[in-house]
Amino acid sequence: MNPLLALSDPLFDHGVTGVIILIVLIKIVVGFGALMNAVILMIWFERKAISDMQSRIGPQRWGPFGLLQTMADGLKLMGKEDLIPAEADRFVFKLAPFLVVIPAFITFAIVPIGGTMHIAGHVVQLQMANPPMGILLMLAMSGISVYGVMLAGWSSGSKYPLLSSVRASAQMISYEAALGMTIVIVILVTGSLTTHDIVLSQGGNILHWNLIRLGLVPFAIFLIAITAELNRPPFDVVEAESELVGGFHTEYSSFRFAIFFLAEFMNTITMSAVMVTLFFGGPAGWVPPVAHLKWIFPIVWFLIKTTIFCFCYIWFRAALPRFRYDQLMDLGWKRLIPLSLGWMLVVAGFLISWRWGLLMGSVVIFAWLVLTRAFELGKTRESGPERVLPTIGQRPIPGPVIRKLSDGDS
Amino acid sequence: MANPFKFFNGFNLTLRHIARPTVTTSYPQAKRAKQPRQHGRHVLNRYEDGMEKCIGCELCAGVCPVNCIYVRGLDNPPDHPVSPGERYGYVYEINYLRCIHCDLCVEACPTQAITESKMFEFSFTNRADAIYTKAELLVDDQGNPQRLPWEDWRSGEAAMTGGWMRATSPAGDASFEGVVQWTADLGEGVRAPEAGQSENRDDVATGSKQIREVFYRHLQPEDVPLDRRGLQGLVRQAKEKIPEGMLERLPRRHRGEK
Repeated sequence: MNPLLALSDPLFDHGVTGVIILIVLIKIVVGFGALMNAVILMIWFERKAISDMQSRIGPQRWGPFGLLQTMADGLKLMGKEDLIPAEADRFVFKLAPFLVVIPAFITFAIVPIGGTMHIAGHVVQLQMANPPMGILLMLAMSGISVYGVMLAGWSSGSKYPLLSSVRASAQMISYEAALGMTIVIVILVTGSLTTHDIVLSQGGNILHWNLIRLGLVPFAIFLIAITAELNRPPFDVVEAESELVGGFHTEYSSFRFAIFFLAEFMNTITMSAVMVTLFFGGPAGWVPPVAHLKWIFPIVWFLIKTTIFCFCYIWFRAALPRFRYDQLMDLGWKRLIPLSLGWMLVVAGFLISWRWGLLMGSVVIFAWLVLTRAFELGKTRESGPERVLPTIGQRPIPGPVIRKLSDGDS
Repeated sequence: MANPFKFFNGFNLTLRHIARPTVTTSYPQAKRAKQPRQHGRHVLNRYEDGMEKCIGCELCAGVCPVNCIYVRGLDNPPDHPVSPGERYGYVYEINYLRCIHCDLCVEACPTQAITESKMFEFSFTNRADAIYTKAELLVDDQGNPQRLPWEDWRSGEAAMTGGWMRATSPAGDASFEGVVQWTADLGEGVRAPEAGQSENRDDVATGSKQIREVFYRHLQPEDVPLDRRGLQGLVRQAKEKIPEGMLERLPRRHRGEK
């Protein structure tokens, strides 16, 4: 038996038998089914919630409360013509949707959706897999889904999708840095990469949750960065219906478009679940003293927390206008990355001793002041943003600006 | 410095909208109240004794800017006259592929024979159906517009005819606006004035509702009518919903009267 595998999952402690393979298969099938059903419900929930926020009715025709609307939309998409543009790179065009949807599935596999169960004498963790690299898998998968979006736009052989793929790669890479930094903060206090340990270390009462334990800032950074990772509003410059006609999936139709749509909502659910895992103790919560149904309450807690975050994404979409591209880059590079880096240093300092913590705190404050001054100076520089980008309301005048930048002062 | 918490105003607003009623009307199942003075398809009216109001003068055809009306008059047969006057409308046709519902015909008519209902929900699959003849335009024996199979009539809509004529002044003098100057109709008698520009109107009788009364909960705070604002406004609305008999039993000081 591979000792590394046994280390992370007690199921494999005594070797692999037929029963254990069966248990793993059941976990995979149940997880897959649950996620697919959750996506269908999520699409319905998003449409219903946002229509409530806009004083509309939303889907209501198919099934009770319009619950079957997603199925109807899916069937409609299946029946449509599957177009591939003449200019498209056919292989990459066909590959791209799967590069988006498969990582969405795999990321969900590492999320603990409940505590542990005893089945046929085996200890079973209620999560599809618990690899030793744990949360790094999520970062790797979100990195691959960037390729999916980027290649989809590039291979379409069309202008708007290409613009979208350029935006997607820039946006997702720049926010991934802040995302990774906040995950590092969580890993620092947990001391382990596996999601199971991250959840276990937050057990006990609500004060042990990473949300409280690390201060609210890492959670806030993670929430913003993950929203940008997901390309959800207000960070949806990648899709931007009003600018790019749907962005990277403009040229997609039929089943391939359905896959993109599915992946987007699946990612929303998965990332909500990851956020609950990292900051809200995952399935942690009050368990009433009932004899046989104890395993069900963590799952209920997990579902409640995840649903709240799914609602938060919908709320963002209803409340916030889309960021402009340069504002997006400003927020990512100038605010979130320095902030997450500074917070990580402070947390690391306090983990050693309070003296190191205070020292790191003062270093971070000093660095923050220097950075603020640097941004101020940078604004008034010749090639600063005010020179290149006109303020809102003015027409851009590229001729004189370019001449000034290339010829120097005249 | 700007208030940083203003950023969250949008969140607050969207959340509060969840509790508000929806503005959407599920249209084919339910209809929104028609606007006052709405222009729909025409009807040819009758007097209370069943005589046709049209005298075949062709003024409507003359004034029509798109030439969609075709009228031919004929002398009334002495033994069984169709209209009270000398002549009557022998042929009356309106082509609804051309009609722009400007209501100039209604304004031109000297006897209020042609008025417009509020029916706009009609469609046809061939050009012949688009030309309404006298058989389709004339009100039936009860005084109601004829319900043609391709029109979507609901209860109460048949009574809402001639709104525009009854909202403006047929005499052309603004001071007569909303003052009854029109002849009685078959089955209905003298119809109530429709909501015009002035206050002299009866919205209950004509079945029309102003849109800001229907959706007042979606108005901006400063646009809400004074008597609907705040806690007192809520109390006042609640009192409006109390049935007549219940209010009488309350002590005088709770009735909201002076």
